[in-house]
Amino acid sequence: MVPNHGSIGLRALICALLSICAAASIRPISDAHRSAALDLFVPSGGLFQSLEETYEALRTFQILGVGNFSDIGPATCPVIIDNLTSPASSPKDLFDAIRVNSILECQIGSQTFKDVAEKFQDLIKSTDKLMNFYYSILGLLHVKAQGVSVVLPDAEGVFYSIKALSQNDGRWQYDSNNAESSTCAAGIALEALAGVVSLADIELVQSKIGTIKHDIVKLFDSINSYDDGTLYFEEKHIDGSEYKGPLATTASVVRGASAFAAIVSEKLNIPGDKLVGIAKFLLSVGVPSSTKDLFNQIDSLSHIENNRISIPLILSLPSTVLSLTSKDQLEVEVTTVFGSAAPPLTVNLVRASSSDVKNNPILENQELQFDTEKNVHYLDILPLKIDIGKYTLEFEISLHDPENLNTYATGGHAHSLIFLTGLVKVDKSQIGIYDTDSESSASMLKLDFFKDDKISLVANHLQKLHLSFQLFTPLGNTIKPHQAFLKLRHESKVEHIFALESSSRQYKIILDFLALVEKFYYLSGRYDIELAVGDAAMENSFLHVLGYIDLDLPEPPERASRPPSLSVDPYARFGPKQEISHIFRAPETRPPKELSLAFLAFTLVPLGGFVIGLLTLGVNLKSFPSSSVHALFSLLFHAGIAAILLLYVLFWLKLDLFTTLKVLGLIGVFLIFVGHRTLSCLASTSAGKVKTN
Amino acid sequence: MAKSSSSDAQALIRSLRSAYAATPTNLKIIDLYVVYAITTAVIQIVYMGIVGSFPFNSFLSGILSCVGTAVLAVCLRIQVNKENKEFKDLSPERAFADFVLCNLVLHLVIMNFLG
Repeated sequence: MVPNHGSIGLRALICALLSICAAASIRPISDAHRSAALDLFVPSGGLFQSLEETYEALRTFQILGVGNFSDIGPATCPVIIDNLTSPASSPKDLFDAIRVNSILECQIGSQTFKDVAEKFQDLIKSTDKLMNFYYSILGLLHVKAQGVSVVLPDAEGVFYSIKALSQNDGRWQYDSNNAESSTCAAGIALEALAGVVSLADIELVQSKIGTIKHDIVKLFDSINSYDDGTLYFEEKHIDGSEYKGPLATTASVVRGASAFAAIVSEKLNIPGDKLVGIAKFLLSVGVPSSTKDLFNQIDSLSHIENNRISIPLILSLPSTVLSLTSKDQLEVEVTTVFGSAAPPLTVNLVRASSSDVKNNPILENQELQFDTEKNVHYLDILPLKIDIGKYTLEFEISLHDPENLNTYATGGHAHSLIFLTGLVKVDKSQIGIYDTDSESSASMLKLDFFKDDKISLVANHLQKLHLSFQLFTPLGNTIKPHQAFLKLRHESKVEHIFALESSSRQYKIILDFLALVEKFYYLSGRYDIELAVGDAAMENSFLHVLGYIDLDLPEPPERASRPPSLSVDPYARFGPKQEISHIFRAPETRPPKELSLAFLAFTLVPLGGFVIGLLTLGVNLKSFPSSSVHALFSLLFHAGIAAILLLYVLFWLKLDLFTTLKVLGLIGVFLIFVGHRTLSCLASTSAGKVKTN
Repeated sequence: MAKSSSSDAQALIRSLRSAYAATPTNLKIIDLYVVYAITTAVIQIVYMGIVGSFPFNSFLSGILSCVGTAVLAVCLRIQVNKENKEFKDLSPERAFADFVLCNLVLHLVIMNFLG
């Protein structure tokens, strides 16, 4: 479970980072989100994977106005009833069940609700953890909405308990043991506090609410920002297993702040620009690809849309690529986050500057006109004589009615990036071959890139190829395109690519074949000539085969480099590789088995000789002790030695040294004791004999 | 000249034999044991000469077992011999106990090295 959360969090982080890399082209919530919601939240047989996901799905559908609940209701209601009546349900299960029920409105008796309310009330009395407070208080709110009367015992005490978990920087702790403060917890705590105030329905002392408002302002002061002006909340302490990305954290804070703002009488002191920044962040996520992200985005945006502080207005461009050829107009939309109409306002283009030349603005202070049919603000750019290229635009929104400034937030200046494209004219293009010394008297052929006739040239290694042309934008200025390449391809498919240099007015390239002989691998023959010119702002980027040139190069010397062999199918590297034949050390020759067995027998022959010799010497066992005790010890002595020798044989055959040493220790101790007794009684016997002798 | 040398040799051997006959039986047993051990070693060397010294550790442990036990037997003989004035105070049983202990340790090492 832990690695799962971590990877989800990491993906959310990467998604958030990628969203800043793409110059956020923000668009309000649209049908793309609606179809994504239907694609992501797919119930199987009317049931989602968990009640939490059910709530997320239903709430998203409710806000976006899509989906039908007719098949979800009958399948999910039994699960809800089961959760509400089961004694083993955790507070989270009860909470999930009751909030899904508030959307689905299953047929549930009021006694069940009373029981659930009682469970929540008991939990509030006994707990000191933030999540338990949250589940129980919001659960009681949902139960109250069903028409059952609920009472929050000791509302002030609960308020204080939750407030006690807050930290100096506006964040909250999850419980008093956990020392780290979390931004997500702040959002949850604010929602819970708002719930306490609306449940208790008594006039809490204004100073208490004042401290919470102060906390909210401090929390919003700690907001982070990206370069493009979007604002978001993030956790300071990142716990690997529980990491919630910026989207989830921001959503939590937005829910909490808007819930609290709804219950206090006067407005919270949060600048509207911050709300616009948060709204832009939430929209810049685009269309999320996970259910939780989509729910967080849609839910928090709906809170922003309907909040009492200020409603952000989003300026967006339906199209960021405008074509001079098709006489496009610059169109700008100003809407709320969900695409609803904004109050009457004027959009002013404060500055338009080219992305390459930052300081000199091309345009300044152009007011956009409003088209009431299409609900867009537009500007005719054709009469403004702007050339093709990439531009940064800065817009300013001014509301017509100053009263609306209290309700709506415009968020300062909005920046956008647009491309202006057009047809590029190619002029004065010519190609020719000339000798090294007579550059001026070159006979140049005129080229027309847009006709189909191919030119054919002949050259040897002492000559040079000259190609030049000029490029003009629709307004007549010269343009430096992103790509200008000349490619020569030999019959054997060997290619050479050259980049064209630009001087003040024209593009040209001079190929000196004498210097290039070695680069061309001394291959003579026919080379196809191709020219590629392209740019992002050029609508007619082209790749033309100009013709061919017959090149006569000298013979390659002995040590010239061969042209690279044609790459075969590049996927061949994934096929089976060549078999490797390993070289092993040749095993030692062993003697034949019969010889070894013969010598084994030979080795035992001296033993036989030894026994025979002993018998010859007249060995006897007369000194073997006769008294039973001594005899026993002697026998045990011999048995001990035999046991050790047997142990050695076993050691050779299969035991390891440690086992052997252990057993040897045991037998050794025994042997020492027995041997000592035997030998000492032998010694005393022989001493006695000597004495008697 | 040759005759006298051969008869000298015969006389030498005869006197050696008669002197040897006088040694106590227990020393003769030990001598026999040493001869047995060395013979076994020689047979192993002949085998190695035929088939080569692979595996060398086995060859070494075999040879050292024989040689080592022969050496220990010689030490035992020295200590047990009553005519040896240096070891007068050492009882033969003690010498035998040392012999047994050293043999057991030697053969533990040999078995480990045998492989």
